[in-house]
This record gives sequence, structure tokens and C-alpha cells, in this order.
Amino acid sequence: MSTLLEVSGVSVNFDGFQAINNLSFQIGSAEMRAIIGPNGAGKTTFMDIVTGKTRPDEGRIIFGEKSKSLIGMNEARIAREGIGRKFQKPTVFEDQTVQENLLLSLKNQRGPLAVLFYKPTEADLAKVSSLADDIGLGKELLRKSGELSHGQKQWLEIGMLLAQEPRLLLVDEPAAGMTPEEREHTTDILVEAAKTRAVVVVEHDMEFVRRLNCRVTVLHEGSVLAEGSLDHVTADQNVIDVYLGR
Amino acid sequence: MNRSFIARNPSVLIFIVILALFTLGVTVLSEAFGTGFLSTSFVKTLGKTLCLCLVAVAMDLVWGYCGILSLGHFAFFGLGGYMIGMWLMYERTRDIVVGSLAEAPIPPTEQEIVDGIGTQIFGVVGSNEFPVIWAFSDSLLIQLLLVVLVPGLLALVFGWLAFRSRVAGVYLSILTQAMTLALALYLFQNDSGLRGNNGLSGLQNLPGLGGVPQSVVSMWFLWGSAAALGLGYFLSAWVVSGKFGSVVRGIRDNEARVRFLGYSVETYKLVVFTLTACIAGIAGALYYPQAGIINPAEIAPIASIYLAVWVAIGGRGRLYGAVIGAAFVSLVSSWFTGGRAPDIPLGFYTIKWVDWWLVLLGLSFVLVTLFAPRGIGGLVDLWTDRRHPDRHGADLGPDKGSLREREADE
Repeated sequence: MSTLLEVSGVSVNFDGFQAINNLSFQIGSAEMRAIIGPNGAGKTTFMDIVTGKTRPDEGRIIFGEKSKSLIGMNEARIAREGIGRKFQKPTVFEDQTVQENLLLSLKNQRGPLAVLFYKPTEADLAKVSSLADDIGLGKELLRKSGELSHGQKQWLEIGMLLAQEPRLLLVDEPAAGMTPEEREHTTDILVEAAKTRAVVVVEHDMEFVRRLNCRVTVLHEGSVLAEGSLDHVTADQNVIDVYLGR
Repeated sequence: MNRSFIARNPSVLIFIVILALFTLGVTVLSEAFGTGFLSTSFVKTLGKTLCLCLVAVAMDLVWGYCGILSLGHFAFFGLGGYMIGMWLMYERTRDIVVGSLAEAPIPPTEQEIVDGIGTQIFGVVGSNEFPVIWAFSDSLLIQLLLVVLVPGLLALVFGWLAFRSRVAGVYLSILTQAMTLALALYLFQNDSGLRGNNGLSGLQNLPGLGGVPQSVVSMWFLWGSAAALGLGYFLSAWVVSGKFGSVVRGIRDNEARVRFLGYSVETYKLVVFTLTACIAGIAGALYYPQAGIINPAEIAPIASIYLAVWVAIGGRGRLYGAVIGAAFVSLVSSWFTGGRAPDIPLGFYTIKWVDWWLVLLGLSFVLVTLFAPRGIGGLVDLWTDRRHPDRHGADLGPDKGSLREREADE
């Protein structure tokens, strides 16, 4: 399996606070990975760096077969390269319908002129409704997304990311605030997505991570503490000391 | 989804029909073409109001839809007025100078005429030289182009600098205030080349058409203003109706999300900011020939704040709201400040509306913001029975410009 994203030797310093410290991380092109770690371990900062929100002080970030460096690209450019990001809180456009939300995200030209003269094609609409079915919102297409439940919004946001057709999906705490049934559905969506692309899930909830059944990377103080299966890392003495033991 | 634009936006058709009926009504009641029920000065007031409605539509586009609270759009409005004013004043003065020199024994040379115009125009600021910026003032075509280009270019440069540095929210509003203040202060100077605080005057006289009475000219401008408002409304409604509108409203409610979807937020903001500046310029170019005079006080910071107040009172995020707000507030304002509103004697004190109108306006702005954020336009929802997302009172997005639940529409 080829490497899709390679982060090596990345460090970030916020006014004296070392948020990321010589972090190295790799993920393959169709792989699910969970990132866990205590608060302040640098999980969100890691996502910020990969998506271009934060610029690293040093290190390399290489993406795709052509080994493009992501450093120096802005957020929109990185998103167009094929990296999608889901925020911790569900962020959908509440004033717009589910269909509008998905059409907006659908992989298409992003320039103002192309968007101004854009007319949804039959193929686009079909894609949107099949996506909506996948995320369990097939009947809600014409509803305002602000009316959806918390869990439905989370799914819609994941659906929007899938509509972007990214090669790497970064997902921040997708199961937060969900009912057990909703969690199960979320797991299914993510596992299905990881068959064709790389998915990185940041999660606090061990039970959820166990259900994802994937490799786990433990972050601590801005660098990788352990990596392997969930059973492997939970048996690691360092991990127990900093995270699980408390 | 693929129905025609008008079918998807019936409000556009309704608006254009109302505007056409209004224009027809004014024509039938005018002095020039009808019964004479409406005085020429009132026709001018109505024509000017249409221009204010157009700039309010632009403001709604940039604030109500894109979430950029620009408090500088009257600068673009004023610049549009100055651009057309330069041609009007130059050609009009040229007619006068040529007329007076015609009686001279020797026919005047071209240079003598130009010098004469210069003395006439710039005498009040102690000069008789044409500044560089008047280079094209003898060409109607070029000045008409400048009506769009000068505000557009200023908006492009200003917006590029501001958006690129990710200045947003209240900081951007302050920056736009600074821009319009700086421009006004610059134009107040005598050596700015635009006659300092005298401004440009006599703009109601169309060069070469001295024989046409003002009652007719006022109707021409009313028709022109109505046409511009109709076209501007149509264009704005089209821009915000499709996916572009979806992106722009997304930027208003959650900029970061739009960015991570791969859209260059800065570019979109710049496009909307520049487009609305051009619309504002056109509105100004139609307004000032009806007002007859333009001076730097017109683009003082307060003017742009009024613009935001109109849009807020009319209901932001819906184009007809902006039109209703601008028309309602500016007409009521001219009624109150025109001395026609009856004073209210309280015994110990008499409320004179000329003094108290601003207090009333300020109070209604606060009340509308607090209790009816959807503004006057929100009344339309009562019979169209729109449904709004139930957010239990929270805003529709994390950004400062995002719609609040109670004003959400569509």
C-alpha cells in the first residue's frame, strides 16, 4: 500500500508552548487510523497543520503520488488537493437545505465564474441523492439543515466531505454527543469510506475507537507515543502512564 | 431544481411589476407628461429615492448575503456621482463660456475656451488650471466608464488588501469607515482637484439640452433610475439565487467551512465587494444629477452608517427588504426633516421633528434590531408562511455576520 500522507519532523511553537514536537506520521491511501491522546496532546493542532490552518515552524508534509509539499498552500488549495476536514462541532450551513449543502460540497470547479454560471446537472443531482441515502438523509433533501438533529448534522457534514471526493478525510470527534444507534451508523459510514480513501479519526471515546477496528496512534505532548492495534497501545506502559492510567 | 430563474424566484417578478406600475403612476401624475399632481421637486425626490434603493440593494448583497458589514459603500456612491458630475459641469460651463466669448470681435481659440472653463470652474478654489483627473471630463463615454471603474478599482484594491490579511467582522467595518472618512477629508481639500468643500454644482442642467424644462428632465432621470434599480435588482437576485449565492451565504454563516470545502473565500468576498461598489457607483451617478450638487459631506462616514440602518430596518438577507427599508426610511426622513411633520406641543416643551427625527430613527433602529430582526420585510413572511430552522435562538453560524435565527429566510 502506497503512502498518501507523510508528515515528518514537524514542530509548532505557540508563543513558547510546544504544541507539536518533531512529529512524524504516515498513512496509506486506503486506511483507517484513529488518533487518541489526552487533552493538549496536539491532536487538533495536527489537523490544523495538515489542512493549512497553522503553519509548522519546521518539518515536511508530503501528499499524494506526486509528493506535493502542502506547506505554504492555503486551506482552500489543500482542500482542492483532496483533503477534507470535519470539525468537532457539526458545521453545516443551517440556512440552506440538505441538497444545497451537498451541491455546494460536490467536487466541481471552485472558481467564482464557474460557480456563478453553474447549473446542477442530472448526474450531480443523482450523486447528491445517492450520497444523501448513504448518510441516512435521503428523505430530508429539501429540509433546511438547521432543522436536523445533532446526529443528522454530523452525518450531513460527513456527507459533505464525501461529496468533495477527498483522498484523505480528517474527522474530529465524530461521535461526540450521539446516541448509541447514531454512533453505530457513524461507524458504518466511516468504515465504508475508508475502503476507498484514507480516514483519520480523532476520538476520545475508546469504545468508539474499538469499533472502528483500526490502527491507533497515541499522541502525547506533540509527538507520537505509541502506534499499533488498540490492544497493543493500551498494553503499552507509557500509554498507560500518561493517558489511560489516570 | 432546473426550473427557470423567474419561476424559482417569484419575488423578482413581483418586484419588477410593482416598480413598473410605480413608474407608470408617477409618469401619469407628473407635470411633464400627466396631470401635474406631483410637483417636479417631488418627482426628483422619488427618483433619488430609487437610487438610494439601488445602493441599498448593493449593501444588502455585501452585508445581508455575504456578511461583510461594509460601512463605506457611500464612498463608492459618491465617487460615481463625482465622475458623472465632472462631465456635466465641464460641458455645461463650456456652453456658457462659448456663449459669452461668441460676442467677442475675434473668434476665441480652443485654448482660450479651455482656459475660460478652467477659470469658471476652479475660480472658487483660487485656481484656473485643470487638474490631471479632469483629463477626460470632456468625454461623456469615458466619464460614464469611470462611474463604474473608479469605485470598482478602489473597492478592488481596498478589498484585496483587507481580505487577503483576513480582516473581518468589526475590524473590517472600522476599516471601511476609515476609508470613507479619508476620502471625504481628502476631497474637502481645495487642491484635491474636485473643488474642495464647494463640490460640483449645477448638475441638474444637462449640457446642450438647456431648452428642455426640468419637469421633463426629472422624468428622464426617474425612468433611468427605475430601470437601473430594476436591472440591479434582477442582477443581484440572479447572483444570489444559484450556487454562487449558496457559497456567499455560506461565507456569511461559516467562513471556515467554506474554506475547507476548497473555495477561496477571499476571492469570493472580493468579487462581491467590488461588484457592489460598481452598483453603488451607478446609483450615485444617477442620484447626483437629480440632487443638483455633490460635495464631500455626502460621503461622510455617517452616510454609510445610514445605509446599514436602512437595510437593517428593511430586513437584511432579502433584497426587497433593502428596497423597502431605503424607500421607507428616506421618504419618512425627508417628510420629518422637511418641516412638514406637525410639531407636538407638550406644554412644557414642543417636540420639533427637525431636531427629534434622528432620535426617533435611532430608537426605531434599536427596537427593530431587538424585537424584529427580520425588519419590515419580515412582514412578508406572515403570508408566504416561510419556515425557519429551529435553532432555539442560536445564530445560524459562528461568524460575526451570520444570520440570527429570527431573521433567517429562504
